[in-house]
Amino acid sequence: MSAALGDRRREKIDALAARAGQVPEGEGGVSLTRSAIRRLRRDPVAIIGAVIVVVFVVVAVLAPLLAPRDPLAQTLLGQVRQGFIPGAQDGFPLGVDQLGRDTLSRLIYGSRQSLLIGVVSTVLGLVVGMGLGVLAGAFGGWVDTLVMRFVDILLSIPGLLMAISVSVLLGRNQYALMIAIAVTQVPVFARLLRGSMLSQRDKDYAVAARALGVKRSRIVFGHVLPNSLSPVIVQGTLSLATAIIEAAALSFLGLGDPDISRPEWGAMLANAQEVLSIRPELAVYPALCIIVVALGFTLLGESLREALDPKFRR
Amino acid sequence: MSAVGGAAGPVLQVEDLRVRFQRRGEVATHAVDGVSFAVAPGETVGLVGESGCGKSVTSLATMGLLPKRGVHVSGSVKLDGEELLGAGDRTLRKLRGKDMAMVFQDPLSSLNPTVTIGTQVVEVLAEHRGMKGDAARREAEDLLDRVGIPDPRRRLGEYPHQLSGGMRQRALIAMSLACSPRLLIADEPTTALDVTIQAQILELLRDLVQGSGTALVMITHDLGVVAGLCDRVHVMYAGRIIETAERRDLFARPRHPYTGGLLASVPRLDGGRGAPLTPIRGSARDTIPWTQGCAFAPRCDVALDDCLVEVSGSEVELADDGAGRQLRCRHPLTPAVPTAGAHP
Repeated sequence: MSAALGDRRREKIDALAARAGQVPEGEGGVSLTRSAIRRLRRDPVAIIGAVIVVVFVVVAVLAPLLAPRDPLAQTLLGQVRQGFIPGAQDGFPLGVDQLGRDTLSRLIYGSRQSLLIGVVSTVLGLVVGMGLGVLAGAFGGWVDTLVMRFVDILLSIPGLLMAISVSVLLGRNQYALMIAIAVTQVPVFARLLRGSMLSQRDKDYAVAARALGVKRSRIVFGHVLPNSLSPVIVQGTLSLATAIIEAAALSFLGLGDPDISRPEWGAMLANAQEVLSIRPELAVYPALCIIVVALGFTLLGESLREALDPKFRR
Repeated sequence: MSAVGGAAGPVLQVEDLRVRFQRRGEVATHAVDGVSFAVAPGETVGLVGESGCGKSVTSLATMGLLPKRGVHVSGSVKLDGEELLGAGDRTLRKLRGKDMAMVFQDPLSSLNPTVTIGTQVVEVLAEHRGMKGDAARREAEDLLDRVGIPDPRRRLGEYPHQLSGGMRQRALIAMSLACSPRLLIADEPTTALDVTIQAQILELLRDLVQGSGTALVMITHDLGVVAGLCDRVHVMYAGRIIETAERRDLFARPRHPYTGGLLASVPRLDGGRGAPLTPIRGSARDTIPWTQGCAFAPRCDVALDDCLVEVSGSEVELADDGAGRQLRCRHPLTPAVPTAGAHP
C-alpha cells in the first residue's frame, strides 16, 4: 500500500520534472505589446475608457440603423413658434431643434463627423509629426536644429489660433478642417518622438548594435524607433480627444463643414446657442457628447501610458 | 609595449592611446592617458582597475564607439596591422561584429527589449555574412546551441525579458561570436550576473576563445575573473597602465602598491569570521594629475616625497622590471608586503 503510494508520488515528481523548463501555455514570445494589452485588460480605468470609445464608434458606424429618424427632416417644424420649441415627446426622446429636427438622431449622426474629423486629423498630424521627429532624431546636427526650430515656431502659435488661420487659408470645407487640426498636432508629435529617440539613441542596446556592426539605418528604424514609440502612441490617443474638441470648437465658431446635410456636434452647439433661453438642454446634449468622447479617449490614453511605461506600473 | 609571442604578430596593438573629454569652457578630462598594450592570437589579456580608471573608455576607443563631440582620441589602435583610429565610419562598421566584437556589462540593457532574440541574432548574420531566411534562422539556432542555451529554437522566438540573466549574456556572446571575430572585448561581462552564472560565462568565454584562437581583452575590476581567465594582466590607474605582468607573476608578487592593495582587499575565506577587510584608502577621486607625480600617491601607504614631480623633477615612467613585467613606481613593494597586508 505504502509502496504504491510512494510509486505514485515518484511518478508525479517525474512528471513535474519533465514539465519543468517547458513553456506552459501559449508557446512563444511575449512581446511588450502583448504584455501591455494584458495589463490594460486588468485596468478598470482602461476598460471604462475603452467601453466609451467603442460605444461611440459603434454608434457612428451604425448611425443609419440606430437613429430613430432622419436627422434632416424638419418633422416638428409646424409646432415651432416664436419663443417656443416643443420639448421631449413621444418619438422624440430628446426633443427637436428650432427647425423641428430630431435631436437624438442628429446627435447619433453627429458622432460620425466628430470621430471622422478627430481620427483623420490625428492620423495626419501623427504621420507628419513622426516624419519630422524621425528626421530630427535620426540625423541630429543641423537637420535637427532646422526641424526643431520649425516645430518651435508652430508650437509658439496657440493651437486654436493656428487652426483658425489654416482653415481660413484653406477655405471652409471638411478637409480644410482636418488639415487645420492636424497642423496643430504636428509639433507635439515631432517633439515627443525626437526627444524619445534621443534618449534611446545612447542606450546600451543601441551601442551594442553598433559594436556588432549593424547599419545606422537599421539601428534607427529597427532598434531606436520601435523603442521610442510608446509615448507617441499615448499622445496619439490623447490627441484624439483634443482633435474632437478642436473640431467642435471650430464648427462652433462657424469655421466647420458648411454642408448642413452632415450634422456635427460643434455646429449643433452653435445653433443651440440661439435658443439657449428657451431650450438650454439643446446645448447640453452635444456638449455632453463631446465631453464624454474626449473623456473616453483620455482615460484610454492615460492607462495606455501606464501600461506601456514600466515606471508607471504600480 | 609588451613583448608578444607568435610569428603572426598581435591581433590588437594599442599604442600611446590617449582619450580626452573636453566640453567647451571646461577643463579637459584625460580618461586614457598614453596606454599601450598588445594582444596575440589566442591570448587573453586583462585590463584591471577600479571604476573610472579608464578601462571601459579604452575599449570603446578601440571599437571606435566613443561619441565624436567633445572627445579627442590620439595614438594608434591597430587590428591585424590595420589602423582603426581615424578610419571611416563605413570601414569601422564593416569591422565591428565581423573582425572585432564586444560583450557589454549589462546583458538586459544590451539587448533591444522590443525585438525577439532571433531577429537580433539574424540581424548580425545578415549584416556580415549575408545570410537570409531559413539559413540564417538555422545558423542562429546553431549559435545559441553552441553557447549552451537549451532549446534554442524556442528561445529565438522569445524576447529578452523572458530570458534569465545568464542566458541573455550567452545570447549576446553568441551574437558577438557569430562571425568568429579575431578580437573580442568583454567589458565586465559578468558584473551583472550572480556568482554561479559568472563562473559558467567565464568558462564559456575561455572555451570559445581557446577553440578559435580569438584574442580576448577582458575588462574587469574583479581579480577573481583575472585569476581564472587571463594570461597577462594590465593594471590601470587614473588612465595609465601602472603594472603589467603575467597572471601568475602578478598574483604571486605584486610590485605596485596599488596592485598590492587590490589583492589585499579581496575578501579571504581563510581570514576567519569578523576579520576586517583591507580596503585601499580613499577613493578614485583622490588622485593627482600624472604631470604632478604618481596619481596614486595620495592613497599610497609607501609613497615618499620623490613620488611627486615637485621633488624628483620628473614624471613616474612605466619601466621594464624584468621577466616580462612593467612597472610605474619608484618604491615598489617587496614581495613580502602583500602577504603581511592580507593578515593584519
